[in-house]
Amino acid sequence: MKKNSNTLTFWLFLIPSLFVFVNVVIIPFILGIIYSFTDWDGFSFFGSKFVAFSNYLKVFKDQNFLSAFLLTFKYAIIMVIISNIIGFSLALLVTRKMRTRNILRSIFFMPNLIGGLILGFIWQFIFTKLFVQLGTVLHASNIFFNWINDPNMAFWSIVIVSAWQMSGYVMIIYIAGLESINPDIIEASLIDGAGPVRRLFNIILPLTVPSFTISLFITLSNSFKQYDTNLSLTNGGPYGTTELLTMNIVQTAYKHNQYAIAQSKAVVFFVVIMIITLVQVYLTKKREVEM
Amino acid sequence: MEKTKKNMTILEIFGWVLTLFVIFPVYIMVINSFKDRKEIFTSELSLPKALNFTYYIQAIQKMDFLTALGNSLFITVTSVVFIIVLSSMAAWVLERNKTTISNIIFYTLVATMLIPFQSVMIPLVQYLSKWQIPGTNFSLIDTRYGLIFMNIGFGIGMSTFLFHGFIKNVPLEMEEAATIDGCNKFQLFWRIVFPNLKPIIVTVAILNVISFWNDYLLPSLVLRSPNLRTIPLSTFFFFGEFTIEWNLALAGLVLTIIPVIVFYLFSQKYIIKGVMAGAIK
Repeated sequence: MKKNSNTLTFWLFLIPSLFVFVNVVIIPFILGIIYSFTDWDGFSFFGSKFVAFSNYLKVFKDQNFLSAFLLTFKYAIIMVIISNIIGFSLALLVTRKMRTRNILRSIFFMPNLIGGLILGFIWQFIFTKLFVQLGTVLHASNIFFNWINDPNMAFWSIVIVSAWQMSGYVMIIYIAGLESINPDIIEASLIDGAGPVRRLFNIILPLTVPSFTISLFITLSNSFKQYDTNLSLTNGGPYGTTELLTMNIVQTAYKHNQYAIAQSKAVVFFVVIMIITLVQVYLTKKREVEM
Repeated sequence: MEKTKKNMTILEIFGWVLTLFVIFPVYIMVINSFKDRKEIFTSELSLPKALNFTYYIQAIQKMDFLTALGNSLFITVTSVVFIIVLSSMAAWVLERNKTTISNIIFYTLVATMLIPFQSVMIPLVQYLSKWQIPGTNFSLIDTRYGLIFMNIGFGIGMSTFLFHGFIKNVPLEMEEAATIDGCNKFQLFWRIVFPNLKPIIVTVAILNVISFWNDYLLPSLVLRSPNLRTIPLSTFFFFGEFTIEWNLALAGLVLTIIPVIVFYLFSQKYIIKGVMAGAIK
């Protein structure tokens, strides 16, 4: 009797969550894999034909997709390096005993609340208008010109805006890591005469490896998924030179109406993101030290 | 001692210099939203000659700002309330009943956090558009409740995971005592367990609010009617129309940031703590 009522509450408490979750995530995920092997037209699956790997072959011959893929790789690597270096440095700074450290933390974190889409629009004004004017005023139009119209600099403009946002986020993770270090260890290193550089490399860094595991994971997967700032800042331009993976998938599906191909790209995207993040977590986890 | 104090002041000043990178773009946006076109053209760095609110009034009307604000508030708050209720219930029974089936469910929830939204979005919209009830207007596409339903689905994995980790460290004694006193499972959860989850509820709420409020991609696929647009959606359409009129566009952007700043001023302490707690788990 007792056992039965337990089972009943177990399912009563669980079913609402499972119902939504299964219908929003699990079923579409499975459908997506099935669709990617057919000539699905985006509307009714009924009548679609099985085409084996032909969508995937098309995907790997699609020049735009391949260049978006390479660009996303480049973007992700640059973003991981820049935002973790800045984020970690900011964390070192605001964990020192200064009076205004909480206000500083709040300000550095603020861009995360504004969101990538709106940030992109704000910076569009800066890169297209303010930069041109600064170039004239400072007689430095080789540095300050309209970055968004320049195929090379447009990419870097996305890097700057998103690094500016993401650094504040990983800063919070590093703060949590730094604050959990036992102050006695730092104290002991001071007594032993370790200088600031040795303290950083031999004590602080090894003890904050768990924070690096999380931060690298977050920056890596968020950079791969980047869409909002890409859309609002450059919209893939000029001439499609800044189109990242998500934008390529969205365009394939909703602009060119090639749903089955877009879904195959989405499956490739999933597999790549899984492999890269799992390898990263495995590699950094290995370096974590037990205290 | 004197020396460390002095060093600290220098570091602190350096910290404040760095904040200029955050403050400067916002400052540029605000000062230029008051200028007319000619004034922007002559100088983007100077302060506006007068506090001219015309562009704000125009922006409020043209982007239908109040409707968008209402939609964003309604969608975010409702999604988050549902997520808290549903995922805390799920996490509790999953944590307190250690069976094979509960482990399978829990690890499935955790593993699917790795599925990027991009890889399910296309079939998701197609699949849910098939949900219709004959004789009614029920539809999950182009309705606010449809978007809320999907938000819950995408937020529930992480939220259940966070609640699960927290409940693991809540001692069982109180629950046992209440059961002996004759509480049934529902009373037990709502009267004893749920009130003790406050710290993690704040974390879950904050992480979800940030992601739903700023979300663009999912709402852009689900909501089609202009009167349903959330703030990011209406900003996107408004901006596409008025990039030539930068003063108007910037006034619109300032408007969209005001609610965020107000929210941040009141809850920054919880936000920083919430993000921290969420990341460590």
